[in-house]
Amino acid sequence: MTALDASSALNSNSSQVKGSRNLVGEISVWITTTDHNRIGRLFLRGSFIWLIGVIGVGAALGLERIDTGSTLFPEDSIVQLFSFFRTGLAIGVLVPLFLGLSIAVVPLQIGARTISFARMSLFGFYLWMIGSIVVMVSIIGNGGPSGGSAQMVDAYLVGVGLVLIGALAAATSITGTIIGARSSGLVLSEITVFTWSAFVGAIGLILTLPIHLGSVIYAAVDHHYGRLAFGGNYGIDKWIGGVFGQPQTLIYVIPVLGVLVEIAGTKGPMRHVIRTGGFIGIGILSTSLLGVVTRTQHVFEWPGSLGDKFTSAIPYALFNLLPILGVLVALAVSMLALRGTLPQLSAPLVPALLGVAMVLTGMIGHATQMLSSTDLAGTVFDEGVFVYIGYGAVLVALGAIAHWSGELRGGSVPNGIVVGLGVTGFIATVLASLPYYIVGFANQEANSVTDFEYGGPQALWNVLVTAGHVLMAIVVVGFFVVVLRPQQLTTKSTS
Amino acid sequence: MNSTTIASPRSSAKHQVLVAAAVAGSAVFMLMFGMLSIWMRFRDASPLRESTSGAKMIHDWLPVDITIPEVATNSIMITLVMTCVIAQWAVYATRRSDSSHAYLALAIVAALGIAAINAQVAVYIQMGIGIGDGAYQTMFYAVTGTMLALLVSGVVFSLVALFRALAGRLSDRQVMSAHALYWYVLTTAFGAMWFIVYVQK
Repeated sequence: MTALDASSALNSNSSQVKGSRNLVGEISVWITTTDHNRIGRLFLRGSFIWLIGVIGVGAALGLERIDTGSTLFPEDSIVQLFSFFRTGLAIGVLVPLFLGLSIAVVPLQIGARTISFARMSLFGFYLWMIGSIVVMVSIIGNGGPSGGSAQMVDAYLVGVGLVLIGALAAATSITGTIIGARSSGLVLSEITVFTWSAFVGAIGLILTLPIHLGSVIYAAVDHHYGRLAFGGNYGIDKWIGGVFGQPQTLIYVIPVLGVLVEIAGTKGPMRHVIRTGGFIGIGILSTSLLGVVTRTQHVFEWPGSLGDKFTSAIPYALFNLLPILGVLVALAVSMLALRGTLPQLSAPLVPALLGVAMVLTGMIGHATQMLSSTDLAGTVFDEGVFVYIGYGAVLVALGAIAHWSGELRGGSVPNGIVVGLGVTGFIATVLASLPYYIVGFANQEANSVTDFEYGGPQALWNVLVTAGHVLMAIVVVGFFVVVLRPQQLTTKSTS
Repeated sequence: MNSTTIASPRSSAKHQVLVAAAVAGSAVFMLMFGMLSIWMRFRDASPLRESTSGAKMIHDWLPVDITIPEVATNSIMITLVMTCVIAQWAVYATRRSDSSHAYLALAIVAALGIAAINAQVAVYIQMGIGIGDGAYQTMFYAVTGTMLALLVSGVVFSLVALFRALAGRLSDRQVMSAHALYWYVLTTAFGAMWFIVYVQK
């Protein structure tokens, strides 16, 4: 791809004066920055801090489930651990991860000097940061869905609201940049596939997050005053749980397809087909927002006449299978791009490709859940779906950061390490999710760590899940320490 | 790495403020329609009872002892429609570089917005219901309070546009267009809320 680097002159100037700047000055530059690169990196760093916490909690929950007779943590804190995991992975990790990536990379790809409304974008980051800290503290303080402390539950709802408004501000900034700040002569149909995916993803957020924000406002007012309409703390999951579940998570991860197609390559004689296919695949995936805006889960009901089956199958296919088709199209054109170029495969493709495969597995799992005859509702299968999509998207993001490390940090990353971490991350994701697909069919209860029993090696499955989370923690920390350490960066080679 | 960085050409800023207003307007639409959909869901789930005239069966959603002051609510609706007309006048005046009319139009829009807010507060006072008195009351304050906050944001937009114009940036026409667009959105969103909450009850 071709990235238009508008900020290179600025970056070089800033690096020259860096040496003479003290720590306070450096911090003040970061907290008041209007540089799209820095704002994007702020989002990315915040996301990775959340990711470490989320993986830790995921491992702790897996550990708790090994022995169903007793708990390591106090029993009344288990609900908070589950809330932390779901909330954290959705709005603490996935939302800022792709917003940050889009803010950092999109202006370079469309020849904009910076992101439109940079201060609004920074404001969005601060709202997200403050909101996510409030969410984290409130869950730790016995808040969150089904939390015991009324004040902390209120704080949790306020925190989620702030996060949503922050994400909306950043998404508005991205959309404004792509529509209004493209270089002269660059029409919308000629933008890169990643920019297209960032655009569709941002529009998806703008159309879906306000709906959840409305629910959050209702739930917060109701919980603070009367607890008469929305079920108080126990009703929170029902009314705002959509923010952390499928299909909303698919909207968060729309840019993964753009990353994959972009890394696979949009050059060569087939470039028009690849670009068009990428655009179409991303567009089809965005149909998952239909499920969000209509607030409906369409289950395929097997019992009944042929007519009943047909009536049930149409909305089921539209809401659950169509988004899968989008991912398949993007995967197909990526394979087309790779045809004949296998010897020159780029290292970031490994985590990106494996990550998209994991997201696809999660989506297929979600579609399977929506078959009534599978009877998977209320089991850990849903957690497996969530982890497949979440960790898969994280893998893609790691590939993207490695791919655009030149634009983001001014150097390239060692290929071997990226490939190694990508493969390890893939194994970690499978370990952390696949056992829950299996034991979901054995009816292991969701959101519970005790009092479930089924025939089979239940301790083994939960050991594997714990190992998967631990392995993922190693991948993420390894990526930070090894890949992003400045001395590991080598001079960027361009081609 | 197969990416290439080159120095960028001059980018052309194309209606960025207008685009941002359109995007913000979309978010406002989705917020209000999301809240109203939940409102209707609750209303439809409420049990049926005879209307006060006994002529038909209605949903027992609006408590019988609550009366909606329709004069005030209709006034807000009419005020907001007028706001749109005046906001468009500001756009027209700006296109003709007629600064005095543009200042006047923006000031009137801000004043009408404040009047609408005042009328909404009057609705609260006249209804005299507590936010924790029941499910209807809680949801009523949540949905109308959100609309009130959006109206406040519209007034702030008008004042910012007015001060920009007074400071000599009248030639920035897209701000005026964005300002008018935002008021169109607010009026439409309020219109939906007015019909569902205040008219259909």
